[in-house]
Amino acid sequence: MSAFLQTDLGIAILTLLESLAIIVPLLLGVAYLTWFERKVMGAIQLRKGPNVVGPFGLWQPFADAIKMLFKETIFPTGADKVLFTIAPMITFGLAVVAWAVIPVNDHWAVANINVGILYLFAISSLGVYGIIIAGWASNSKYAFLGALRSAAQMVSYEVSMGFVIVTVLMCVGSLNLNDIVLAQRHIWFAIPLLPLFVIFFISGLAETNRAPFDLAEGETEIVAGFFVEYSAMTFALFFLGEYANMILISAMTTTLFLGGWLSPIPFAPFTLIPGVFWFLLKILVCLFVFVWVRATLPRFRYDQIMSLGWKVFLPISLIWLVLTAGFLEIFGLLPHA
Amino acid sequence: MIPNLLFDVFSFILLGSAAMVVTSRNPVHAVLFLILAFINAAALFLLAGAEFLAMILVIVYVGAVAVLFLFVVMMLDVNFAALREGFQRYAPIGALVALILFVELALFVTGSTIAPGAAAARLFPTPDTITNSQALGSLIYTNYLVLFQLSGVILLVAMIGAIVLTHRDRKRAKRQNLDVQHARVPAETLTMVSAKLGAGAPMPKPNKETL
Repeated sequence: MSAFLQTDLGIAILTLLESLAIIVPLLLGVAYLTWFERKVMGAIQLRKGPNVVGPFGLWQPFADAIKMLFKETIFPTGADKVLFTIAPMITFGLAVVAWAVIPVNDHWAVANINVGILYLFAISSLGVYGIIIAGWASNSKYAFLGALRSAAQMVSYEVSMGFVIVTVLMCVGSLNLNDIVLAQRHIWFAIPLLPLFVIFFISGLAETNRAPFDLAEGETEIVAGFFVEYSAMTFALFFLGEYANMILISAMTTTLFLGGWLSPIPFAPFTLIPGVFWFLLKILVCLFVFVWVRATLPRFRYDQIMSLGWKVFLPISLIWLVLTAGFLEIFGLLPHA
Repeated sequence: MIPNLLFDVFSFILLGSAAMVVTSRNPVHAVLFLILAFINAAALFLLAGAEFLAMILVIVYVGAVAVLFLFVVMMLDVNFAALREGFQRYAPIGALVALILFVELALFVTGSTIAPGAAAARLFPTPDTITNSQALGSLIYTNYLVLFQLSGVILLVAMIGAIVLTHRDRKRAKRQNLDVQHARVPAETLTMVSAKLGAGAPMPKPNKETL
């Protein structure tokens, strides 16, 4: 059997199975994240949330999916049909392929590559294309305005996110996500790098176009932003892509700052629990904060978003980068890989 | 076998999309094909074992430069007919460049190297034991430190130049100063006036600072 796994066909089949093992739970997670969000927001706003379809409304995501599937996809007049159809696929596809490098347990990743964190950063910087293509191909000024807003916003917040990632990398001495988690055995990076952790999480909110940074959809001023012309399954793909991106950013936060699959309490009964459990638990906590923020904070004004990104986050992350480098150098803590 | 197959697929898509960049009529499509070409070039880097360069290519060119490029092309009202007018005038030069490239490619493909000993005499051979981001870093920050810093300075100058060229002092623009707004107290902004019946009250002078 192990000899077969070394052949080309064996590797191909194994990779396919590994990918399925991550994609199927991810899709289920996305479906139930919509349910989770509606339940949590319902509780925050003293409502019940979905409670009609199935016990506790548990079949609601599937009911929604079936509804979306059977609706008609409408192409606006003058739309670029090919790009109009490709855009939601790009958004959703990118949110899924990023998962290839995320370790859910020690060495449990589809691809344990040396430049894992750069791969994640590259994929998340591609996310802007789904939105900008959707906005342009719709041939509608509201969609185009929404796309421009979100493109500018994502490019701006990526800068400070990059500096935060570089600071973490300096503490680890490796670009490999597995090494990044293992470097947090003694202390999670969220504690010594607390300001960067906060900046990373808020930039994550901006990257995923979530409230309070959801100017791209801003229904009060530009109807629904970049996906105003989308209906049925093409809309559903944008919707699923947004939620998959939320889970992805939570997983990145967990891996970089919250110790990944490591147990939060480092002694016997807790370290015996499989790392996947801790990993999922930490992601769930992050997702809860995502929903909590959405239900609590009002939307930012556009110039406030820009000044927050460029005038607050960028200088702070840049200064912390220099300070961390100096600290590591003076106390001889620089990792020599 | 798989790497060879992947090489064929990626280079085929790369060449196809590169051809589409120059031939497609819609400039937005051209830029999107350019992005596809970048991504496939990154995949080829990856196959060659240069994973760091591949990721940087995607992050910098696809994630930032091409986005701005797409922005500009989408916003501009390009007149395609005017763009195509010069085609016949520039065709000979284009053909010359294509010929040179073709000869170079032919030399490369047929395996006739101009300097056979060059590969062996290379100053820094690709190391086997460390990852190539480490290898690149240890070269850039030691042997090539001056050149690296110099390229940084050139980028800084370019950035300052772009800011100087586009920055205008907008005197009439109303700017919001959060500190001034937060420092406002009711005593500065509110005045109680008793208005006479039928005559009204005199208008107080507006305070420019707290606009």
